[in-house]
Amino acid sequence: MSDRSYLDHAATTAMLPDARAAWLAASEHLGNPSSLHAAGRSARKVVEESRESIAADLKTRPSGVIFTAGGTEANNLAVKGLYWQRQQSSGSKSPMRVLASAIEHHAVMDPVVWLGEHEGAIIEWLGVDHDARVSTTKIAESLAQKPAIALCTVMWANNEVGTIEPVERIAELCKEQGVPFHTDAVQVLGQVPMNLGALGADAVTISSHKVGGPFGVGALIVNPATGFTPLLHGGGQERDIRSGTFDAPAIAAFAVAVRHAVAHQEEHARAIRDLRNNLVERVLATVPGVILNGDPDLLGGGRLPGNAHFSFPGCEGDSMLMLLDAAGVDCSTGSACTAGIPEASHVLLAMGVDERTSRASLRFSFGYPSSSVDVDRVVAALPGAVDRASRTVSSRSK
Amino acid sequence: MAMSGGVDSSVAAARMVDAGHEVVGVHLALSRNKTYGDGRQRGCCTLDDALDARRVADKLAIPFYVWDLSEEFAEAVIDDFIEEYRLGHTPNPCLRCNETIKFTAVLERALAMEFDAVATGHYAQIVQGAAGPELHRAVDPDKDQSYVLGVLQPRQLAHSIFPLGADTKDIIRAEAEARGLLVAQKPDSHDICFIPDGDTAGFLQRHLGSLPGEIVDSESGEVLAEHDGTYAFTIGQRRGLQLSRPAADGAPRYVIDVEIGSRRVTVGPPELLDVYALEGIKPIWTTSPLGESPVELLAQVRAHGVPVPARAYAHGDRMMVELLVPIRGIALGQAVVLYDGTRVVGSATIAVTTRAA
Ligand SMILES: Cc1ncc(COP(=O)(O)O)c(C=O)c1O
Repeated sequence: MSDRSYLDHAATTAMLPDARAAWLAASEHLGNPSSLHAAGRSARKVVEESRESIAADLKTRPSGVIFTAGGTEANNLAVKGLYWQRQQSSGSKSPMRVLASAIEHHAVMDPVVWLGEHEGAIIEWLGVDHDARVSTTKIAESLAQKPAIALCTVMWANNEVGTIEPVERIAELCKEQGVPFHTDAVQVLGQVPMNLGALGADAVTISSHKVGGPFGVGALIVNPATGFTPLLHGGGQERDIRSGTFDAPAIAAFAVAVRHAVAHQEEHARAIRDLRNNLVERVLATVPGVILNGDPDLLGGGRLPGNAHFSFPGCEGDSMLMLLDAAGVDCSTGSACTAGIPEASHVLLAMGVDERTSRASLRFSFGYPSSSVDVDRVVAALPGAVDRASRTVSSRSK
Repeated sequence: MAMSGGVDSSVAAARMVDAGHEVVGVHLALSRNKTYGDGRQRGCCTLDDALDARRVADKLAIPFYVWDLSEEFAEAVIDDFIEEYRLGHTPNPCLRCNETIKFTAVLERALAMEFDAVATGHYAQIVQGAAGPELHRAVDPDKDQSYVLGVLQPRQLAHSIFPLGADTKDIIRAEAEARGLLVAQKPDSHDICFIPDGDTAGFLQRHLGSLPGEIVDSESGEVLAEHDGTYAFTIGQRRGLQLSRPAADGAPRYVIDVEIGSRRVTVGPPELLDVYALEGIKPIWTTSPLGESPVELLAQVRAHGVPVPARAYAHGDRMMVELLVPIRGIALGQAVVLYDGTRVVGSATIAVTTRAA
């Protein structure tokens, strides 16, 4: 048993041995998947089988699976690609509206902000309640307003506090208004059942390294009837929506990881939910004043089973992180980091948490290697860390 | 271990590890504008510096964190800097940063987290004396930073470590090279870190606006020119006066006085700048306080100034200093640091200067 506990699986998780094996196996073969000779064809076969495998697992058509270099690229392609395409097909250069939840990951939020700043897009941030959930009523109202909306993007589940959003309903509402809908499902895959055929979104983002595949590969799963202006121009490998030589080994491993995530979703969700619930129960019982953020119903379907997110009022989150790190626990402040500089989380602020409390927050996220030993280690280390970290705050605010 | 990403703190960190301490690297994010440098900028406070510091920590296999103290820095150092200039003073922001950020905010936070001490790459030495830890000049006179550490209280000194003070910069650079630290060739940072373009007057003008006034001759009382703000002038300054006419005797003229209320800048011959005595407020006694009877010491009023013989004593909450050799051009707001040989006795902010013998 390792003497450290990794509880940051929402940031990235361990690579699955089967995924690694697939990756190494594919890396033995020479050939560019776009070449026409035998070597090319056999590499291409790996890519296309992976595409079909992922499509089958997520109950969608292979033609909609656009491989990208990860979740960030897929989100950029969805947001900017849809905006530009919609603007172009509207026949005018006049700015269009973008509806986006206020709790998006930076990989969605920043391209949206960029569109506002550089393309004149009119951004409408969809607020959330105290549990970080958007309001479908409000979204329906926004969708009904003129002028034209280029796209609506609401993440399937939030990466910081684990709240699952009503994406099925939002997809319906968007369809009624003829507005393309994108959802970032990076955190959902493997934790919640995903049926993309039933969902009917125009674009869904997934990422390999969050489910035990390699870094730097992901996919935007699109409705092939919806147009996207490409971000990367070149060989046009992916339906002219995305260019760049296929990374066949990474794609093969990604497909193995997706297959594993989907096949084991139910038992995995049960296992990490039990661990998470045990952690939450014991932390609430042992740490005075601690607050659980996000959907409080730990047995319902509104929260990612592997996510626990707490505020420790009176403590600095980054001091806590440092102390827990020293005690053998890897966790996260959950918020964006620029070269390691913690900022107050825009997600918590959108939920109505004040800035000070939001800086006093930590996320613990479970994955397939997690066990009760990890929970025990956190529960043992927390009181001491809270005690010391609260002294750092009082000395700072002097 | 405070790690700026520069040569000095990198070698200091390596030495702390070698000495067997349990070391944690901390980079202080002091700037609100988090930007990458252009690769030429003298290093401090860019994200590149944070990355350099992280790479050094990786190499030394120590944990590494970035602490965001930009709010504290903006308030205690930058705002203070601007305010002091508004008052016609000449503050030293590095000293203020040591006083309020590095050895207060950082040290207190580290102690609260049950670390024993904060180590930095400053060039200075700590010697255990009979009355407690003493702060001494570094061996390398060109690099000695004891002046900007003169603001440390005994308790802060007791929890500080300066691993570089016994060596010269050349040795430190060579050691960085030998240890394979990539930062070995990084230039030293000399400028004020929050004014990376070095244009202090422009910085102050942006913050204080245009406050026009007159430049007046000390002898004739004649108005020689107009200026845009008293903050652009420091007592003793000679350059940048942009006087259209030379003095009657053709001798260069210096800023003699800066008056805030009337916004009048007075210029005159250098003899008028000679300071024979000064009073410092908010004295800090490094190891133990001076008494009320004068002692012969050395006084230094600038980071790289020459120390002069002085008689000093404490008078209530003031530090009184009689300069046995006058110092030319002392502005209010500068710090006076007293030395007994190489040992720092204490420091204070200069509030009164006496120019007649
Ligand atoms: C919700 C969400 N979207 C997007 C991403 C970015 O994915 P990737 O790391 O593959 O670029 C992440 C992971 O950091 C995420 O949590």
